[in-house]
Amino acid sequence: MGRTLAEKVWDDHVVRRAEGEPDLLYIDLHLLHEVTSPQAFDGLRQNGRRVRRLDLTIATEDHNTPTLDIDKPIADPVSRAQLETLRKNCADFGVRLHPLGDVEQGVVHVVGPQLGLTQPGTTVVCGDSHTSTHGAFGALAFGIGTSQVEHVLATQTLPLARPRTMAITVEGELPADVTAKDLILAVIAKIGTGGGQGYILEYRGSAIEKLSMESRMTICNMSIEAGARAGMIAPDETTFAYLKDRPHAPQGPEWEEAVAYWKTLRTDDDAVFDAEVVIDGSALAPFVTWGTNPGQGAPLSADVPDPASFDDPSARFAAEKALEYMGLAAGQPLREISVDTVFVGSCTNGRIEDLRAAADVLRGRAVADDVRMLVVPGSVRVALQAVEEGLDKVFTEAGAEWRHAGCSMCLGMNPDQLAPGERSASTSNRNFEGRQGKGGRTHLVSPKVAAATAVLGRLGSPADLSATAPSGV
Amino acid sequence: MEAFTVHTGRAVPLRRSNVDTDQIIPAHWLKKVTRDGFEDGLFEAWRKDPEFVLNKPERAGASVLVAGPDFGTGSSREHAVWALQNYGFKAVISSRFADIFRGNSLKNGLLTVVLDQPVVEALQELVEKDPQAEITVDLQERQVRAEGVAAAFELDENSRWRLLNGLDDISITLREDESIAAYEARRPAFKPRTLPV
Ligand code: SF4
Repeated sequence: MGRTLAEKVWDDHVVRRAEGEPDLLYIDLHLLHEVTSPQAFDGLRQNGRRVRRLDLTIATEDHNTPTLDIDKPIADPVSRAQLETLRKNCADFGVRLHPLGDVEQGVVHVVGPQLGLTQPGTTVVCGDSHTSTHGAFGALAFGIGTSQVEHVLATQTLPLARPRTMAITVEGELPADVTAKDLILAVIAKIGTGGGQGYILEYRGSAIEKLSMESRMTICNMSIEAGARAGMIAPDETTFAYLKDRPHAPQGPEWEEAVAYWKTLRTDDDAVFDAEVVIDGSALAPFVTWGTNPGQGAPLSADVPDPASFDDPSARFAAEKALEYMGLAAGQPLREISVDTVFVGSCTNGRIEDLRAAADVLRGRAVADDVRMLVVPGSVRVALQAVEEGLDKVFTEAGAEWRHAGCSMCLGMNPDQLAPGERSASTSNRNFEGRQGKGGRTHLVSPKVAAATAVLGRLGSPADLSATAPSGV
Repeated sequence: MEAFTVHTGRAVPLRRSNVDTDQIIPAHWLKKVTRDGFEDGLFEAWRKDPEFVLNKPERAGASVLVAGPDFGTGSSREHAVWALQNYGFKAVISSRFADIFRGNSLKNGLLTVVLDQPVVEALQELVEKDPQAEITVDLQERQVRAEGVAAAFELDENSRWRLLNGLDDISITLREDESIAAYEARRPAFKPRTLPV
């Protein structure tokens, strides 16, 4: 019987397999950041261990870094301590680090791919649940806990039980203004935040094949929000073209050899998935969340649902709690929800294409008076590219704030936070209670919807703007 | 990880059920960047009360915690185990532990012993009456002994073997060094590297 993409990559990394025991899996790339690594390094120290493969390990600073005044000392002592600890650990153990101020600094899941380190058929881990992002390249990539970070540092392997596989097949042409973000929000709304539990998801079908690498990363990024540890997309010409000539991509004859291997990384025709979900891409619309988990979403044209309409008692209860927290009433049209903050950024939607999409909507328009809009590039490289294309000007001229790279308001570990009761349209991945600041209310949206919402002051898509023609056009 | 074979020590009776990990180590301690130094955070809220059992001078230096049922519920934070160990506990006895806490404790070398509730209560009574009374936790014989008590406990063979030999996950994997090196030798040269070679 044939094998799925995930099974092929898994099999290629088994160091040791024994009956009744988890497989010992080799890890090709280990990404580190300041939040989940300190105790791992501490554990190495206590046991007199070293990092086994410094050449497969790389660190950056992202969660705690400020996005303003980055040349000044960091005010919050805890944030400062975490960053200083990472710097000391990397220096002590010899790990390559891109600290704040470095040109390769940025959100860890933006940095790996842009350096060309994330490659098809590799295993990638990081002490961060959104490591699933890297699966867009046909890598097997998943988040791990701090004990596992220590385990990988010391052994470059992890003992793991093989998960099951689920195919998510999306066929058809995505309508105008429907992006990868809308697609993944619709998938999560369909299968639920626990629907992917125990599975590696493989996104496939004609709608997926047509997506750019960056859009594929947006999709795989949010696999974790469907409960899956990992999401994957088979590598193809789009993948190879993205990787060609990146700093860490294979060169010369090695490139040829690599591509030949990468081409074998497709699910065999006769392979069987443990579960399968089919979605009609052409029927999708811009999608937003109304609740406090990423599965509580609906097309922008819908109304806030009535909790009573949920058959499942726990879903009904969750909806009631969510509406209460979000300050929303059943039946309220989503398009009438006004926001005071718009956040464009994060490892979900902080790459150059996302900034371009938002800028295209904003060009010649203005952010509504009572809305603050933050644009936070996912990495310094993304920021430089945006400046080269003049996108920063588009944002600032529209009245948005153009910030330095980092996680920023995605989780509000740095000073970029919502105040209690404030409401945001955010291109990030989690709308949990308090995620963007205590008492803050989050609506997850695509970059296009975020930009249109900033102009309108209420949730809306670019199509809603056609009435308000750009000034000076 | 330190090996655990037989441990004998004085005990702290904790007559509370459902002690969750937030009570063992409050969330604000999670900002620390090391694995040690959590001893002052252990049961922090309760320790503000001078009458709390841990604060009694006669309990200083005790190394066995005899707790109520459902110990270690709540979040998965490993810090709860570190805090107990940093404080000096080698073993915790209860009639029921939360799963994740138990898994974490055995991974870190803190022996969590499950005994029937009447036996746990007998131990609590004993050490309440006589703070100098010692409890022996014998992993080799899988038995807890104290004055008037000899109770067998269960522990799966794999966890027992690891504890007896002081093997954490990493030590176990490091025994596979040959297989890892052999795998590395056959990894293709085109695989990415973060450092120039
Ligand atoms: S951008 Fe958000 S989701 Fe991504 S790594 Fe940072 S905090 Fe996590």
